[in-house]
Amino acid sequence: MSWFRKPSSTPLWQDEFPVFTADERYVNRRQFTKFLTLTSLAMFAGNLWILARSLFHRSPSYPRQPVAAAGEMEVGGVKMFAYPTAQDPCILVRTGSDSYVAYSQKCTHLSCAVYYEKDQNRLECPCHQGFFSVADGSVLQGPPQRALPRVALEMKGGQLTAVGMDGESA
Amino acid sequence: MNTNPPQNRGVTAIDGAMVLIVILLIVQIWLLSATLESYLAGHREAAVPGAIISAILFAACLGLYRFVDRIDSDIRQG
Repeated sequence: MSWFRKPSSTPLWQDEFPVFTADERYVNRRQFTKFLTLTSLAMFAGNLWILARSLFHRSPSYPRQPVAAAGEMEVGGVKMFAYPTAQDPCILVRTGSDSYVAYSQKCTHLSCAVYYEKDQNRLECPCHQGFFSVADGSVLQGPPQRALPRVALEMKGGQLTAVGMDGESA
Repeated sequence: MNTNPPQNRGVTAIDGAMVLIVILLIVQIWLLSATLESYLAGHREAAVPGAIISAILFAACLGLYRFVDRIDSDIRQG
């Protein structure tokens, strides 16, 4: 038993371009079904591509970059910087006397710049009213589905240094 | 007694198969977008089940296409 159609005695061009309207309905339906199946194959290929990317993923290396000096900002203060490249704006917030957090400033919804809302102690995206927690960058409210990528910080010798990114797919 | 004219034989079955394929395709498109969203969020563990389910959906679509192809062949070649 063959997988697909029986070998036809008529030439392919006669098979695919029938004379009778009744036969044409079958050809149209079969060709449309073939198109849908090929679209399904494309979706499967997309999933395989994601699988290959996740299996062969290498952790990117990030540079060490001084961000701010200790005491440079007041508690609740904010400083903008770019990390890991000049095209990646980030926001640094001093949340306590000895605690700092930094996140990518690009909203995970449509990449608008988020800013720190001191009164509510949260990060806000003004474009579509998306709100993120200052504590961990998680979504509090609004259309974003993913948390803000967090910048890993290190305090050494009175200097705050960015050393990497968490929660970002490279 | 079968009142269906000969030129309509199998058309209902083909239409039913096409509807099923469209439904499977919608599920597969949603699955791809959900897997991509998870991957971009750093949840790489979603990639394996996403690929497996997508393979199953593609196999089902291929089976339905084979069904349509066979009906077309059987009816038009007698």
